[in-house]
Amino acid sequence: MQLTEIRIAGFGGQGVILSAMVLGKAASIFEKGYATVTQNFGPEARGGACSAQLIISDAPVAYPYVTQPDIMVVMSQEAYNRFAPELKDGGTLIVEQDLVRVTGLDKKKEIKVYGIPATRIAEGLGKKMVLNSVMVGFFTALTGLLDPDAVRKAVADSVPSNFRELNLQAFDKGFECGSTAAPDNVEAQLEAETVTEG
Amino acid sequence: MKADPRGVLTGEHFIDGDHACCEGALAAGARFAAGYPITPSTEVVERFAARVPTVGGTFIQMEDELAASITLQGGVWAGAKAFTVTSGPGFSLMMEHIGYAAMTETPCVFVDVQRGGPSTGLPTLPAQADMMQARWGSHGDYAVIALCPNSPQECFDLTIKAFNLSEEFRVPVMFMMDEVVGHMTEKVVIPPADQIEIVPRKHTKESVEEFQPYKTNGDLVPEIAHAGEGYRFHVTGLTHDERGYPNMTPQTQDKLVRRLQNKITSAADRIAMFEEAHLKDADVVVVSYGITSRVAQRAIDTAREQGLRVGKLRLITAWPFPEKKIRQLAGRVKAFVVPELNLGQMALEVERAAAGRAKTFSLTHAGGGVHRPEDILKVIVEASR
Repeated sequence: MQLTEIRIAGFGGQGVILSAMVLGKAASIFEKGYATVTQNFGPEARGGACSAQLIISDAPVAYPYVTQPDIMVVMSQEAYNRFAPELKDGGTLIVEQDLVRVTGLDKKKEIKVYGIPATRIAEGLGKKMVLNSVMVGFFTALTGLLDPDAVRKAVADSVPSNFRELNLQAFDKGFECGSTAAPDNVEAQLEAETVTEG
Repeated sequence: MKADPRGVLTGEHFIDGDHACCEGALAAGARFAAGYPITPSTEVVERFAARVPTVGGTFIQMEDELAASITLQGGVWAGAKAFTVTSGPGFSLMMEHIGYAAMTETPCVFVDVQRGGPSTGLPTLPAQADMMQARWGSHGDYAVIALCPNSPQECFDLTIKAFNLSEEFRVPVMFMMDEVVGHMTEKVVIPPADQIEIVPRKHTKESVEEFQPYKTNGDLVPEIAHAGEGYRFHVTGLTHDERGYPNMTPQTQDKLVRRLQNKITSAADRIAMFEEAHLKDADVVVVSYGITSRVAQRAIDTAREQGLRVGKLRLITAWPFPEKKIRQLAGRVKAFVVPELNLGQMALEVERAAAGRAKTFSLTHAGGGVHRPEDILKVIVEASR
């Protein structure tokens, strides 16, 4: 678990902060690593721009902020436009593919892009609210950064007990998608859409 | 004495600094808080209000900070361990009663989660610009103790320490957090209650007939008796003699005010806490505290990778200022670099203690964010020349 800088961003109400908390808890409580979460959000309860910064490491974290993220999860177009240029060369970009159109990414940076319709999957499970657990599952499978059991425990430990089962289902569904996802599946999908329109 | 297990949430938690501060207060035995919630400190009392009824205590949301800062002292004189929590604008309003706590020797803790100022400033963003206010904010001569945590874990550990120091010295202790440390989430380990050392109130052993409220006995800290215990009870902000009676003579004033100051300054070495690294071979020492110490750490690491002989001195106690340590170092290092989220406050103390024997580079920042590590590095390089 070498020092990894992660930014998770979207709008308030999507569970952006909770996603970072779950991953941080998995790393530092259910695994033997260290994690620091800082967050930025507006005064709105829902709908405002919202982002969390998560540093995971096998040594104590000194500087608490992300400077050049290795991994970025974006769940809104605004978040994509604002933060995507920060990504490190060769970094990983994970997007909510129904909400984010990946455009203008510098090819030379060789960023691996993965998309998932997390909100649609969550709706399929019965509650849009659990899209963050879908995302956390997808993240866990794709990055291999954390032990899936540790993250699963952190999900169970972080959500209200009456929604525990649903969140674990969401996590498993996201994890399943992540296990089979190939990089740049978003781009492929975008091209396919263009063809259909044409 | 060991902590009351009812207030100790033993285990590993992933919580922010504000929540950790609240757990520290509960573990230290705080059973009363009066507060007027303000960003970025609100989470401390929000959690306290939810938790304290379960351990047999009370939280009162007051009408303002003046009320909060005096009500908590009423709680102390009734026998409770008590604190209040605020940020800059509220801290300013509390100054009158911080002086009152110093004068009446009321053991209590004031938590200030610092944000950008002056006035309303930057409610949700960090600063460290209340450091001088913590020391000098109330009128008259007095001394306080101020601590600066740099992580959620320290927000827990040092809150307990703050309560313990307040009881040992019967002094208001300023707990100087900042917005980043308050809202940053990390692992916090809360030990079992029997591993947490608690300083009990310095209660009198004298009989009701013999007891004098401000008579000292061998040290500079008088013993206390609470209201309602049968002892004669009198608390006043007026200059008072050992019996607690107002006495307006220069002699009584001199004796009292010097003791209030001396009980802290004479114990400064014992109170001083700092974290140090690489001081032995250092040409330059970075002096920092709170969140800035973690930003400085990255600059120090980079500088050492480049072969520069840089040491670290992190102030955990800001007041009393550990001037002896600075004086010792000043004799053998070239310079001190002092980054802080203000326009140069503790840098003045470093400069004063160094007394011209080493240069002081004050690295200022008006608040709203933290320094860029590369800016600190640049000054380290300059200071090493």
